[in-house]
Amino acid sequence: MKLVCLSDNPSKPCFVLFFKGVRIMLDCGLDIKQVLHFVPLLVVPGFQVSKAHSWSQGGDKRNRVPDEVVQELKDCGGRLLVDGAPEFSIPETGIIDLSTLDAILISSYSCMLALPYITEYTGFKGTVYMTEPTLHIGRQYMEELVMYVERNPKSNVASHWKQDIILKNLPTPLRDAVNPRQWRKLYTLHDINSTLSKVQLVGFSEKLDIFGALTVTPASSGCCIGSCNWIINSKYEKICYAAGTSTLTTHPRPVDQAPLKNADVLILSCLTQTPLSLPDPMIGEFCVNAAVTVKNGGNVLVPCYASGVTFDLFECLSGHLEQCGLAGVPMYFLSPVSDSTLAYSNIFAEWLSSGKQAKVFLPECPFPHADLLSKGRLKNFSSIHTGLTTDFHTPCILFAGHPSLRMGDIVHFIELWGNSSANTIIFTEPDFPHLDALAPFLPIAMRVCYCPIDTSLNFSQANKLIRDLRPLHLVVSELYIKPPLMEPLRNDLTIDFDPSPLTYKQGEILSLPVKRQFETVEMEPELANTLEPIEVKPGSAVSMVTAALVAKDNKYILQKLPANIHLTRKRRSDGSLLWRKPYIFGAPSLHEIVDALKQYGFNSLKVEENESGSIIHLVKEDSLIQVDGNSTHIICDSEEIRLKLKEVMLKCLKQL
Amino acid sequence: MTDIKVTPLGAHLDVGRSCILISIGGKNIMLDCGMHMGYNDDRRFPDFTYIAREGRLTDRINCVIISHFHLDHCGALPYMTEMVGYDGPVYMTHPTKAICPILLEDYRKITVERKGETNFFTSEMIKTCMKKVITVNLHQVIQVDDELEIKPYYAGHVLGAAMFQIRVGQSSVVYTGDYNMTPDRHLGAAWIDKCRPDLLITESTYATTIRDSKRCRERDFLKKVHSCVEKGGKVLIPVFALGRAQELCILLESYWDRMNLKVPIYFSLGLTEKANHYYKLYITWTSQKIKKTFVQRNMFEFKHIKAFDRAYIDNPGAMVVFATPGMLHAGLSLQIFKRWAPNENNMVIMPGYCVAGTVGHRILNGARKIEMENKQVIEVKMAVEYMSFSAHADAKGIMQLISHCEPRNVLLVHGEGEKMVFLKNKIQQEFGIDCFMPENGETSIIKTKHNIPLDTSLNLLKRQLVPADESEEPDPKHLKVLHGALLMKGSRMQLAEPATAFRELGLEEYELRFTCNITLEEEGAVSNTIDRVYRILQREFPKCAVQFSNDGSITVGESVLVKVSGEEDSKNILVSWSHQDEDIGSLIQKVLRPDPS
Repeated sequence: MKLVCLSDNPSKPCFVLFFKGVRIMLDCGLDIKQVLHFVPLLVVPGFQVSKAHSWSQGGDKRNRVPDEVVQELKDCGGRLLVDGAPEFSIPETGIIDLSTLDAILISSYSCMLALPYITEYTGFKGTVYMTEPTLHIGRQYMEELVMYVERNPKSNVASHWKQDIILKNLPTPLRDAVNPRQWRKLYTLHDINSTLSKVQLVGFSEKLDIFGALTVTPASSGCCIGSCNWIINSKYEKICYAAGTSTLTTHPRPVDQAPLKNADVLILSCLTQTPLSLPDPMIGEFCVNAAVTVKNGGNVLVPCYASGVTFDLFECLSGHLEQCGLAGVPMYFLSPVSDSTLAYSNIFAEWLSSGKQAKVFLPECPFPHADLLSKGRLKNFSSIHTGLTTDFHTPCILFAGHPSLRMGDIVHFIELWGNSSANTIIFTEPDFPHLDALAPFLPIAMRVCYCPIDTSLNFSQANKLIRDLRPLHLVVSELYIKPPLMEPLRNDLTIDFDPSPLTYKQGEILSLPVKRQFETVEMEPELANTLEPIEVKPGSAVSMVTAALVAKDNKYILQKLPANIHLTRKRRSDGSLLWRKPYIFGAPSLHEIVDALKQYGFNSLKVEENESGSIIHLVKEDSLIQVDGNSTHIICDSEEIRLKLKEVMLKCLKQL
Repeated sequence: MTDIKVTPLGAHLDVGRSCILISIGGKNIMLDCGMHMGYNDDRRFPDFTYIAREGRLTDRINCVIISHFHLDHCGALPYMTEMVGYDGPVYMTHPTKAICPILLEDYRKITVERKGETNFFTSEMIKTCMKKVITVNLHQVIQVDDELEIKPYYAGHVLGAAMFQIRVGQSSVVYTGDYNMTPDRHLGAAWIDKCRPDLLITESTYATTIRDSKRCRERDFLKKVHSCVEKGGKVLIPVFALGRAQELCILLESYWDRMNLKVPIYFSLGLTEKANHYYKLYITWTSQKIKKTFVQRNMFEFKHIKAFDRAYIDNPGAMVVFATPGMLHAGLSLQIFKRWAPNENNMVIMPGYCVAGTVGHRILNGARKIEMENKQVIEVKMAVEYMSFSAHADAKGIMQLISHCEPRNVLLVHGEGEKMVFLKNKIQQEFGIDCFMPENGETSIIKTKHNIPLDTSLNLLKRQLVPADESEEPDPKHLKVLHGALLMKGSRMQLAEPATAFRELGLEEYELRFTCNITLEEEGAVSNTIDRVYRILQREFPKCAVQFSNDGSITVGESVLVKVSGEEDSKNILVSWSHQDEDIGSLIQKVLRPDPS
């Protein structure tokens, strides 16, 4: 059993598991972080971010890069960025032939954005499994990305700067770009449709059969709507893949831990990206900062994804504003897919916490944002061009994508509001380091708050979970067994397990220490009826089975041998019997053997006993029987008598 | 080999009062718990005394499964859980749990408040009953206890309707509830995988109908409504708040759209929004088409259908009104009926069953003069129509489901006598499987037969899967023979290589050896005889290794030793073999021994 890690970012995982001849990809995350190396895309075609200007390289002449490279780069707020169509860091495609994948298991909508690169461009012929909310919300996330990128298209793909010889002469942080030559342009709407047509929907606790060899089951992971952990079972082994688990109570259905227990191997990924801050106080801080800003007449800008924690923010913030007497402050939600994400959030009752489910029984919408929308306190638009301007009141709180600040309407609003210190931008999304995200817009007058909200397991929760689940072996990212770079002494911010966990990193192939010993073979009742087990010890019986083995769809069935085949002459090439070898065992005493001989009419016996054994002379028949503990040697020249003696011996022994 | 026992407590020869008890692998499961709306006495509810004459139901039944929210499938649930007493788990889907208490409450009101019955469950009982309900998602495998698991499939009959697979160990049963195999206006088609249950319990409401009769009935309904409003008549459709009302609304809404009709459609106030809201929130349970378009337009936000106001009753001109309650026994629907009945241009369409004693029941039985409580007599001149819109599988659909899930036996319920016999014969002919149709209270015993799973050593299995002879191509059709020792320890059965099995049992194989001397009167050098014997052995045992060893003896296979010694004129051949090679040993003797003749 092997596990190959294809992703560099443990929060956007991608693995391939080899088990029982089946190849399963676990998640297919897209590391969007690399897009931070690009110049932000403005909403209005042709415009550039105001702080961007062409790069004038200084320094040593010998290190200067050629002109075509300079044209690809822009100096943006003092940082060198790539001016071209944004590209994304996709999972490693070179290690394994991905066309041989049998299945892809997706754990949540945030871990599937690289799917089109795998299913459309590698010859993939398998099936993708995910839950219904994951499919719909994942589609919305993909479509949102595509719309952001295509809305203001950049035709040129910058590639000159990626050459190793040039890259190493560029200033940081661009020089540290991870594997830029493997970056790919974004997929298209057509790719999304084609990818998602390969999806088979699954429900929590559904048992799915993969080629008869394995059963895979999703179990709620509690991290976002429809998110799940996967349990991969053969009849005798159990592998659990836990990605993005959350033990907090938010809107999704709570985590279901029981099925993860007692696994042979537990693979853990997607732990918190902000181990130093807890989500609850951060939400509180977020609300306070937002309320203070609008109270003082400023506007609040919240870079966000179109679903997930954003819905919790709506809920908490609206409540807080009400308490502060600010219920009249409008909240705007801008995303090309806001219509869909809001509509879909109402229809996934089965996938929500029991409190939200209970509301649907009334019937009321599960999320309070439905009520906010109908009252007009929250308004959603697909972009700034679709009606926002006619109905825009300040001060306000504006939620917009994309949280990387490299595309989407958010870019426009940073340009618009960045110059006033009355306004505040509040970062909540942990996927992107906020200072890097904000870099191209610096210097900026607007107040910057950082309240990262990551509901995924933190290290103490993860360690507790692992203790509860008691896996035999644990597999984690190598990053999780060392303290974070910024806090080298915080040993509590690591995963602790005995035996020490196996670790993965991109491009590595891990052998998982699982030794298969058994396989289920079914015996037909007709065959069972012919068996005559012999009890050899109290409670233990044994019987020899010689039967036809039928292997079909990875299932094995034993049937009665057809009557017309000849067994006795069938031998292996080495001469050993292929089947029907007579097994004899027992420990008859000399006395028993002699008695048996007498019963068969052998009367002229002479018994000689010595240290190592005994010899029985059959005087009349001129034969010898040497009896020696576990063996007997019959020396007899007459075939007729030999057969008789054989019969006597078998009578004293047990035969199978 | 375990048997499955099935006892219908009220689903045979009866549309209504579905309730089936099954016993499988030592577990007892109740499938549906419906009431019969045609009775006012004890016969209204299933006969629970059958299950437990004394003692509590909870001890006798492991779980209750409700397939959908129609009262003939869930109407007796509060009676059973609260009045007879049952505290075990009750399983239903989310929409069923949401909608079922509303219908129960509606029905309770009619029975208790209108007809003054006292021995009936209360609102409070409905609430406590619903607290015992555990919701299930489609395809979710629910472990009721260590051995019993259930799994729901989409049934497409009404919103949230499900079929259930029940499994204990290797035995399994599929219960369909009511289902529909063709997608309709707002629901998808039932689907099940090839789960090969031991028994399929299927409804057979439309056992003999082959065409998609629902389409025809819908067309019929639309035609009647259209021709009535065309003449300026008013159409009254008494409905309950949920279920059929939404189906009919979608039907009329799309027809109005298509035909570009302007005649107003009303829905009695207060109910519309709340009831339709359920459908909006459970859109994932509707058809693919509705799901796809719901972001742009939710099917259950009706354009043509507006809220009704009492003042509209006497408005001139045509209109269509959906009014509650559904049996014309009280409230707005009765009020409207009284005003519209005397006009022959008008029409009332009863889309469902009416309890005896209600105005609805009387007019359906042809009464043209109705006396009201206040002695006022209403003359019914308006047209009276009855239409059933339930989406059930027709015979073709039932056969389709059988071929989808490949059961080993079929049991028919929820249908009418003769039609069921027809279907039973058809199933037996076409699939060659047994088909049962027990009476109420009669138990069918279904015999099951299962393979016995063995924990098999992987080494043993892998060895058998490679061909015995290396020259043979691996051929999946070629007979493969497995030889091993089956170990039985307690309930565990393990198939292992004989040597491993013996080791595990602490047994040592007994060595039994034979040695024979054959004397030949043969002249010539010993080596010549050895060569001759060697050639004979090679010819006789082409598949065995026949080899010379260092001391000049010949070995055959694993344990056989042949040694030639002697003088010029006589030779002695010593043959020695172990019992496992008895066949070789005895054959060697046969070929080497000089013919006695």
